[in-house]
Amino acid sequence: MEPDKQGLVSTRVMEIAVGLFLFALGLILIFDANRLGTGWGDDGPKSGYFPFYIGLILCISAAVAIYQGVRAPGAGDAFVERGQAKLIFAVLIPTIAYAVAIGLLGIYVASAAFIGVFMVWQGKFSWQKSAAISLMVVIALWLMFELWFKVPLPKGPLEALFGY
Amino acid sequence: MDELNSLFGGFAVALSFYNLALMLVGVLLGVLIGVLPGLGGANGVAILLPLTFSMNPTSAIIMLSCIYWGALFGGAITSILFNIPGEPWSVATTFDGYPLAQQGRAGEALTASFTSSFVGAFVAVVLITFLSPLVAKFALKFGPPEFFAVYLLTFCSFVGMSKGSPFKTLAAMMLGFGLAAVGLDTVTGQLRLTFGFTPLLKGFDFLIAVIGLFGIGEILLTMEEGLAFKGARGKIDSKVVLETWKKLPKYWATLLRSSAIGCWMGITPGGATPASFMSYGVAKRMSKNGDKFGTGQLEGVIAPETAAHAAGTSALLPMLTLGIPGSPTAAVLLGGLLIWGLQPGPLLFVEQKDFVWGLIASMYLGNLAGLIVVLTTVPLFAAILRIPFSIIAPIIIVICAVGAYTVHNSMFDVYLMLVFGVLGYLFKKLDYPLAPLVLALVLGDRAEDSFRQAILGSQGDLAIFFSNPLVGSITTLALVLLFLPVINRLFALVRQPKGAA
Repeated sequence: MEPDKQGLVSTRVMEIAVGLFLFALGLILIFDANRLGTGWGDDGPKSGYFPFYIGLILCISAAVAIYQGVRAPGAGDAFVERGQAKLIFAVLIPTIAYAVAIGLLGIYVASAAFIGVFMVWQGKFSWQKSAAISLMVVIALWLMFELWFKVPLPKGPLEALFGY
Repeated sequence: MDELNSLFGGFAVALSFYNLALMLVGVLLGVLIGVLPGLGGANGVAILLPLTFSMNPTSAIIMLSCIYWGALFGGAITSILFNIPGEPWSVATTFDGYPLAQQGRAGEALTASFTSSFVGAFVAVVLITFLSPLVAKFALKFGPPEFFAVYLLTFCSFVGMSKGSPFKTLAAMMLGFGLAAVGLDTVTGQLRLTFGFTPLLKGFDFLIAVIGLFGIGEILLTMEEGLAFKGARGKIDSKVVLETWKKLPKYWATLLRSSAIGCWMGITPGGATPASFMSYGVAKRMSKNGDKFGTGQLEGVIAPETAAHAAGTSALLPMLTLGIPGSPTAAVLLGGLLIWGLQPGPLLFVEQKDFVWGLIASMYLGNLAGLIVVLTTVPLFAAILRIPFSIIAPIIIVICAVGAYTVHNSMFDVYLMLVFGVLGYLFKKLDYPLAPLVLALVLGDRAEDSFRQAILGSQGDLAIFFSNPLVGSITTLALVLLFLPVINRLFALVRQPKGAA
């Protein structure tokens, strides 16, 4: 079998992982509801009344979903193949870096860099073409938000140089 | 004919130059959103919502609803030309639409799908025009128990009608309710589930969830599928349009039946996607050429498109009259109403007549504008899909990030969007439905409030939900729908004696 076609994890494992995640969230809901009080207060049901039952139903349905997911036909199949996972991380990791960069550099610089780098790295475009397209997008963004609709976007050191 | 008078008043509102221009912009943006993978009706409207904060509510909703109509039209283009459904509700359109395109009849298929979409939407708008004032008048009598019962009905019907595991539907829904509970409890003033973490004080905004779940999640899914957009040429000239229009009256029964299915599924929160599948299935069974479905039958394009558009449109009826959206996109529009300071629900028809009827009138005009726009611009949008995904993907991610940031001008929301994106990818792959999650997140606080008020009135006695025939029958119906999967299984057991099972 080609290495890229190999399964990375089985659907069964992912069913369990997501189910446990939901189950844990249900536990958090119940735990916090207990702190707030799940009973009847002076002015009606206490703050934890509703979340308690939400958490309870979440835990139960997550547990059943795990049980069903594990036994489902095809649970042993690959959730994601190695080649697919590579592609997904090729988007996900730059996107995370991009989100962090927005906080540091402002959205305009970060977006231009993100689109440009992505095009060169994933699309194998020449850097001239990538730079042109990323600049165009950023200028369109600036026109639309800053100028026409007057919605301010996060800015960084470069914009500060221009007096924004 | 009170409704007609109000409707003409509405046309007077909608027919200003400014509003007509917004309609056109909305439809164009909508088709673009419908064509691009990763941008859909719900998150497209969510991203563009902040742009309308400064507009007056009527113009804003006209533009946003036109984006929605555009997205409904746009989904069909990619389905037919590229065999890639741009929207979930156009999956069924690929079954016969793509074979038609391969036979060189793309123009015919596109014309048929756009026209039948228009017919479906038109039927739904007529329904909204005449039914919604009645529903609103009726709902004016609703108290908290009735409202909670209607919420219950909404959520139970999700469980009852879910195609996959009802427990996954339930889990996704409870996650939505749980996220809605985070933040300040307005009744007691206590903080819930914030654990001392300041950005959580204001709770989770569903707009962020929608942008992440549908936007980033969809990009990840598209990426995984490897992205070869190879499509048929789409060209429509007036001759093809006229010839196809001549054929359409033959399919009047399909059109009518699909519209009815769509309207029903839209008002009850089934949504456009199941409506399109159901309509396709019914058409296949009823048609003389049923066995040829899937090889390029015009009827197989007409049926799902009519139903999807009818459902997408009629989903606005419960949103306007009861404040309960029938689909994620309707939920986003509802969020918009709240932001503009309008309280959706029966009182809207009394207090904001201009707004409501302006919107309804714009539905007629917007769909007509949509039909004209898509018929004339298909080649343009088909060309957009030929742009490589390595350019489209980062641009869409940038648009999503900008959209998430502008909702509250908060960086935290951008990070949150990424988390929701990963969650959306996992949920989609494991068949956890996203629509109940979004709807629960939107309606969570309101459902809880009506529940609390109701049982406060009865001093904690749950019998309040059966205290009069109206609330009692709604609650009963809700419970029946909730246990529909169990009931179905019991029936199957009874019919199939032990040996076979």
